[in-house]
Amino acid sequence: MTNSIDDIAEQAAAYFVIGSNTTEQHPVIGMRLRQAVKRRNAVLIVADPRRIDLVDYAVLHLQQKPGTDIALLNGLMYLILENGWEDKTYIKQRTEDFEDFKKTVKQYPPRKVSQITGVPVEQLEQAAEIMGKTKPMAVLWAMGITQHISGVYNVMSLANLQLLLGNIGMPGGGVNPLRGQNNVQGACDMGGLPNVYPAYQAVTNETSQSKFETAWGVTLSATVGMTATEMLPGVLDGKTRAIYILGEDPVMSDPDTNHVRTCLEKIDFLILQELFPSETAPYADVLLPGTSFAEKSGTFTNTERRIQKVNQAIQPIGDSKPDWEIISELAKRTLEGRGVSSGAPYAKWDYNSPNEILDEINALAPSYAGITADRLENGETLQWPCPDKDHPGTPILHTQKFTRGLGKFTPIDHIPPAETPDTEYPMVMSTGRVLYHWHGGQMSRRSKGLLEIYPKALIELNEEDASRLGINGDKRVRVSSRRGSIELDAWITDRVPPGMVYANFHFPEASANQLTQAVLDPIAKIPEYKVTAVKVETT
Amino acid sequence: MASIKLTINGKSIETHSGQTVLEVAQTAGIYIPTLCYHHALPPEGACRMCLVEIERQRSLQPACTFPATDGLVIHTHSPEVEATRKFILEMLISDHPLDCMTCDAAGDCRLQDLAYEYGVKGGRYQDGFKHSYEVNDPNPFIQVDRNKCILCHLCVRACDHVNGVEAISVFYRGFNAHIGFGADGSLQDSPCEFCGSCVAVCPTAALSPKLASGKGRSWQVEKVDTVCSYCGVGCKLTLNVRDDHIIKVESTWDGPANHGWTCVKGRFGFDYVHHPDRLKKPQVRKYLLDGKKKPKSRNGKLWQWVETDWETAINITAEKLRTTRDKFGPDSIGVLTSAKCTNEENYLMNKLARQALGTNNIDHCARL
Repeated sequence: MTNSIDDIAEQAAAYFVIGSNTTEQHPVIGMRLRQAVKRRNAVLIVADPRRIDLVDYAVLHLQQKPGTDIALLNGLMYLILENGWEDKTYIKQRTEDFEDFKKTVKQYPPRKVSQITGVPVEQLEQAAEIMGKTKPMAVLWAMGITQHISGVYNVMSLANLQLLLGNIGMPGGGVNPLRGQNNVQGACDMGGLPNVYPAYQAVTNETSQSKFETAWGVTLSATVGMTATEMLPGVLDGKTRAIYILGEDPVMSDPDTNHVRTCLEKIDFLILQELFPSETAPYADVLLPGTSFAEKSGTFTNTERRIQKVNQAIQPIGDSKPDWEIISELAKRTLEGRGVSSGAPYAKWDYNSPNEILDEINALAPSYAGITADRLENGETLQWPCPDKDHPGTPILHTQKFTRGLGKFTPIDHIPPAETPDTEYPMVMSTGRVLYHWHGGQMSRRSKGLLEIYPKALIELNEEDASRLGINGDKRVRVSSRRGSIELDAWITDRVPPGMVYANFHFPEASANQLTQAVLDPIAKIPEYKVTAVKVETT
Repeated sequence: MASIKLTINGKSIETHSGQTVLEVAQTAGIYIPTLCYHHALPPEGACRMCLVEIERQRSLQPACTFPATDGLVIHTHSPEVEATRKFILEMLISDHPLDCMTCDAAGDCRLQDLAYEYGVKGGRYQDGFKHSYEVNDPNPFIQVDRNKCILCHLCVRACDHVNGVEAISVFYRGFNAHIGFGADGSLQDSPCEFCGSCVAVCPTAALSPKLASGKGRSWQVEKVDTVCSYCGVGCKLTLNVRDDHIIKVESTWDGPANHGWTCVKGRFGFDYVHHPDRLKKPQVRKYLLDGKKKPKSRNGKLWQWVETDWETAINITAEKLRTTRDKFGPDSIGVLTSAKCTNEENYLMNKLARQALGTNNIDHCARL
């Protein structure tokens, strides 16, 4: 998020929530959106193919067809430009490449956009007027925007919109992706990505490479590595021989489960460090018992870039160990043969506490340099970038200038989804989570109350489709795609429009990922979970 | 905001307008008992416990709603005030189960504290009408015991001003007034999302967490502040621990991202930590211990799990990683780090992949 949760909750005059089921996936932010609408009449526009709960609080629900976000956004920007509602001063002072962008947007008049997206022209006009006249407006999104083959371009289109309206770097504005996992922001920040060292220092940049070579005392690779979505398929062509997985369950969370299983069966060596015998565990050669958040200390970084202290509350269960200890023990024994130069300040692995690791992070990750153990122990919860010990942290990004200087407009054209409905698979399935469960369900299915209140997989099906299929009331259906088939109960509801179904991946016996496909955004390598062609039949 | 000067219990206080009498008193360190007041919710003046005597006012006034203005002279514990508070407590206690010895809220109950403070046990109205509500809301999270409800409306306000779905309201009036959900049905049939904000503000055990029932009283638990393990909001939570078990989770009012709010998973979804399925010992496939080749079949003995000590498991694992790296090159190994683990652990996974193994093949579930 460019802005803080408090900032957007308190300062935004309008909200554009697109591809985020906020009240179920980021419930506390969802509650704050509700309160902003209820208490201070903030204006909420929701764009989502489904009638999510947040729509109850919105003045407008733009129900675009799945995979048509770019067309929708270009259409809105067409109308903003047509009416002269763009922020001309901001565009002039803080952005570049406006003219090229404008040419592309001009190709998206309302009638054409309405045809592509299914959103009525009148609603496009209303939305554009609200956006053009209500400042500041915060844009919030989640995986509904990113999990498409056009994921990166979808995000860039939202950046275009906010540049056009002069809403980036402003209190109550910004581009605000809501990060999913408790520490997905931190995992990215800490170099858990194939192209960057901690704090986004590129592995291809010679200065960064030599900085880490000096610190760690070894020669480092300058080749960008494989993403999660490339590693597993790499098993089949012999590129990947061994995988070390920490707290992740690809059988549940990766696209096209059957293909995932095939890859896992062929792998030479799989190390799994986990809390539970997950769905991936049957394929593992070694199973190492890690610990939950309650059994160790450290820090998490939340969606607003805020680093908070995690404190150990109970002893590790059984003989399990805090994961940082296990990783250190493994590293000590694999480092052999890497020719570590003596005297490198951070070559060693003899950490006595998470605080000692944080000291090393402070030294090597510039945006975390001032986020020290001492400050956190004293109760500070800082937002990065925080470059030194006296820096107060950064609640809002890009207030004076962008990281690259000027904000860049990018001309972007609509890209249709990879798989569109046809006669054999006539419906569109989108996937996601529900309020009461979490991702592959390893945690939430083992929580008594959560399992009791949502005990089995359900697929949302519109009543028109249900009656066409001859389903009266909730009933078991078979849902199939080109990759697999699942049987589960249908929830007949107007949350989804006719022609669309919505499924989750919380239950192994009927996981949506048995149907999804591993078609990726070419830049971010993110799978297109949100558009899968399926057929629904009675069983 | 104008500067004002007022007097509480003979003490002169200089402050600013725009506050209630209760707020001014609290800032000045002057105690006024409350039941229906919560700092995070708008005041309502429902319980009358905070009545104070304000000179030149015809009757006692609730401090939680009375605006502090210049020149007020206030007495927080005059004989009339104290008698009134005692009367209110006697009324409340007369229709309240006096089962503190088995009540989960004991030690963390404002009604109990005030009854103790004012020496109220029974009293003049003990033979009056008593409610006998069934305690049978079937939801898995929140115990609803209307017999213990004092109609402070904090839950109603929390549901409206925190969550926003307005699942809770007051049905009927007078002695028949009670808290109800949706159209006075069960919680599950109402718009309730089980965020538990109502439980967090309930001053008694009218709304209490089912999971914690019978597991420990407030003085028996150790409280540890930490951060939620579910979504990216980063709710600050307080784990209530007894005998190395988490029995309850509270949401901390000073959390910078959540300010005391949280959701059903954060408040009630913690018990996975103690689930019997937890892996408790390292395990390796038998073929590794036997020094054999990896079996083709996953049904045979060689593919069975064997529990080992840490030294054995770590040595086998490290040896395999080393030999794979040396034989097929560092890029033949992939590392998936975890968005559920700490920054420190993710930093170490990045260091392990790049420094110890020599590959940039590291990623996690950010795309999934």
